[in-house]
Parts: sequence; C-alpha cells; structure tokens
Amino acid sequence: MNKVINSSEIIQYFENGMTIGIGGWGARRKPMSLIREICKSTLKDLTIVSYGGPDVGMLCSSGKVKKLIFGFVSLDLIPLDAHFRNVRQMGNLKDIMEVDEGMLQWGLRAAAMRLPFLPTRVGHGTDILKNNPKIKFIKSPYRDQEQLIAMPAINLDISLLHVNLSDQKGNTLIYGPDPFFDDLYARASKKTFISTEKLIDTSEFKKDDLACFNRFERNLVDGIVISEGGAHPTSCSPDYGIDLEHLKLYSKSVKDFKEYSDRFINVSFKNYLEAVGGLKEIKSIPVTKF
Amino acid sequence: MTKLKYSLSELCISQAARAWQNDGEILATGIGLLPRIAVSLSKNLYNPDLMMTDGEAFLVDKPYALGLGIEPALEGYMNYSRVFDLLWSGARHAMVTPTQLDSLGHMNISCIGDYNHPKVQLLGVRGFPGNSINHRNSMFIPNHSKKVFVDGRVDMAASLGFDSKDYSPDIGIVITNLCVFDFNGKDNALRLLSIHPGHSLEDIKENTGFKFDILSESETELPSEEELMVIRNDLDPKNLRDSIFGD
Repeated sequence: MNKVINSSEIIQYFENGMTIGIGGWGARRKPMSLIREICKSTLKDLTIVSYGGPDVGMLCSSGKVKKLIFGFVSLDLIPLDAHFRNVRQMGNLKDIMEVDEGMLQWGLRAAAMRLPFLPTRVGHGTDILKNNPKIKFIKSPYRDQEQLIAMPAINLDISLLHVNLSDQKGNTLIYGPDPFFDDLYARASKKTFISTEKLIDTSEFKKDDLACFNRFERNLVDGIVISEGGAHPTSCSPDYGIDLEHLKLYSKSVKDFKEYSDRFINVSFKNYLEAVGGLKEIKSIPVTKF
Repeated sequence: MTKLKYSLSELCISQAARAWQNDGEILATGIGLLPRIAVSLSKNLYNPDLMMTDGEAFLVDKPYALGLGIEPALEGYMNYSRVFDLLWSGARHAMVTPTQLDSLGHMNISCIGDYNHPKVQLLGVRGFPGNSINHRNSMFIPNHSKKVFVDGRVDMAASLGFDSKDYSPDIGIVITNLCVFDFNGKDNALRLLSIHPGHSLEDIKENTGFKFDILSESETELPSEEELMVIRNDLDPKNLRDSIFGD
C-alpha cells in the first residue's frame, strides 16, 4: 500500500463548493503547502472549517472562501489576521458561522460519530444564536427537561492536516505538544489528505513506543504529501517554531496581495523554500514559549 | 513607614492576584501579559493549590519568570482538548480582556459595528460562550473608557449576560486602569469596590457608559513589599509589564 502523492495531485479530488476542514490551531501546525495549492488552483466557493490562522486569511485573500465556519482567526504571536479582517471589513465575507471553539469541536465530533448533532448548553445567552438562526434546540427527555442547543454535525468533504511523520500507508505521528483536533477532522470528512515533515518506515513505530503518538487510523488517510517545512510560516513543534517575521510580511501583504502571491504562492514548493530562506532557515526557528 | 514606589501595572497585578485567592484547587488562566503575571503571583502568595499552564499544553508545577525562555517544571498535561473537558466541569477561573463590556455583563471580542459588514473585525468569540456559561471569569481592562464600558448592548455578545432567563454568568472582579469593580450590585449591577490613587469617582463616571453601584470609594490597596519583590525578582525580572500602560 502506498498513498504518497505529489502536492499538485490533491487538487483533482476537490470540487467547487466543497466543505474543507483544516487541522492545526491558529499559527500552529497548519498544512500550509497544501493550502497554497488550493490558492493556486481555479477552485472557488469553498466552505472552510478551521481553528483559524493564516490558512483562513490566505484562502480569503485568494478569493476561495464562500463561507467560513470558525471560532476565531489568529496568528498567535500577532493577535489578529489582517487578511481575514480585510475581507470582513470590506463586506466580502458575509456568510459565516461563528461559534464557540468548543461548539466547533462538538460539530466535528458529531460528524465523526455519524450523529446529526450533539447537545450542549454552550451558546445560550450569546449572539451566536441570533446570528445562526439555523441552530436548533433540543429539550432533555429526562426529568431535568433542560433546553439545550443541538450543535449540528459539521460534515466535511475533505480534510487537510500536517503531521510530523508518516509511513507510506498513512500511519501518522503527531508528537508536538498538542494534537489539537486533527483526529476529529479526519473522522468528520469523506477524504483526508496529509502533508508530513518526513516519510518513515513502518518499522520505526516500535522505537520508543512512537506509536503512542499515532492519533488516528490509516484507513482515514487518502493521500500523503511529503512536505518538509510544509507548515511554514506556522509552527510544527518540535521541528520548528512560528516564523514571526514571515507572518509580519504576510500581514502587510494585505495591501498588495498579488506581490505576495507571486513570490510565495504561485511558485513550486522548492521555490517557496528558497524564497523564505531555505529549509535550514525554517528548521532553525525556535519553538515559541508562550 | 516609607511609602512604597510602585507602577500602575504592579498595582493592577497585585489586585488581579486576589481574584483567585479563595478558589481552591482549580485551573487559573490569565489571558494576556498582566493576567498571566497575576495568576503566577496568586499561586506564589495566595493560593498555592491553583493549577496553571505554560500557555501551550502543559501544567506547570510552579510559577516562573516570563521572557527568559525558561523550561518550567511540569506537573501535568493540559492540551486544548483537555482544557475543554476541564472547563465544562466549571473548575476554572479565567481573567480576560474584552473589547466591549455592557451593563448586563456581556463581553465582546468578535467584531465592532454591523455583524455582516463590521467596522472592526476582531478575534471571533473563541471560548467566551463556553467559558461564561461554565466557570467564573474576571476581567482586566487596561483602557477604561466608554468605548469599552458601552452604553447599551455590546455589538456582539460573545458571552452569557445577566439577561438570560435560565442561566447566570459568574463574574469575579473587573480591574481597570482606574478602579476595581465587581458585578455584585443590585440586580447584578456593576459595582465599584475601590479607586486607584490619583483618580476620582468623577473620572470613573465620565469613562463608563452605564450606571454602576458603589460599595466603596476607598483607595485601592497598594501592592505590598512582598508582592513587589515577587513580581520584580521572580515573575517579571525583564519588566515586560512596563509595556502594558507604558509606565
């Protein structure tokens, strides 16, 4: 079994209007090399689901996002994402489903469990309900009769995740300090494509019980792109940290996104690495202590 | 006794640290620099039972100095999934900085202006809806003004307010650059607890967009020598706190 593909090959699995889940969190372990492939493509009208970082901003400025399902968009070391702010403040992104980050987890988990919804009291008393009139309620059938919010399943067509290591069958290892909710994205979607820092042989999973860091099963993985440095400019702990200088450049590019695109997006991955100073440079970026 | 010299940030850290003193064994989360130092001070001097994180995915055994790249001693694991699991039980008390706050206790970190075409897009609601319905939240407001303490309702209620029929938020203290409040006035009104040295009740009224109750107009208790020593020597030796107010 060999699921390894080239990054440009993933686009054939996408269609206009699909719902795409993106793993990671803020400016941490985002599958940025795959995101740039989408930005380069002719795809449009996507619904993006994300604990948002520069993945969201870059897709917004590339004109790919019709709808965004999110709890926040942040670059971590820079609190707000200039590109996401820009499309919102221009009135160019009106179709949003803004929910609590725990509700987002619940929506993904419901989809992962093949349930139509999961109940929660999170959201009561906030404007989430006013802004999302499609979110319905459900009364507890037990004696408490509590009126709960029925967080609908967020069913995904495709998920994109970045991992530290993978074998060619799609057995992945995420051994940074936080796997975030990548496992739920994989389970909530019809297809999952991953980018990995390195491809390893399955025999290495035994060493130091590395297999403990295998967060979801290989049957969920449909394609593997080998992409060392592929999370840049976000972090891939412990391999490298967030590239704050590049994120500053990216933030400024809201004024001239074409220039940024020509330098960093509409290029091959090899040329991208050269444009940002080389793989060695990326791997020398220290992991941020928050 | 000689009068202690202190900065506004040190006064606020000292007050903020009191927020967790009677909380027992819970997770204390300070979001932003000043609340983070305050959690550490609280754990050091007032409530050693507090659990706190390194800001990423681990529980740290003891508070440590910020900005030095220290690898703290760990006592456990607290990734985001675990934070959600824990906060749903209520065993957490966060200190946060909303962009807007109204008389009903609604906080806003989502956007300013029309929701479909905001004047200013902010972070998004993040965990505020879940936090506010599950556990206590205190606030640190570095720029006490009518832009923050708004007349009427916040532009986007990211947290549960006191107008809910079935649920009630649990708001601890609200520390600003002018004074200290809580929300324990009549019918959960904002209530003044103390005024920082150099400011008056008039200053506070002028900068607050809604009416508040007054428990006391006394001067805010100054940071103790011990608090100042711990802040300056152990928690923030690089004086990062000076960036908060530029003092």
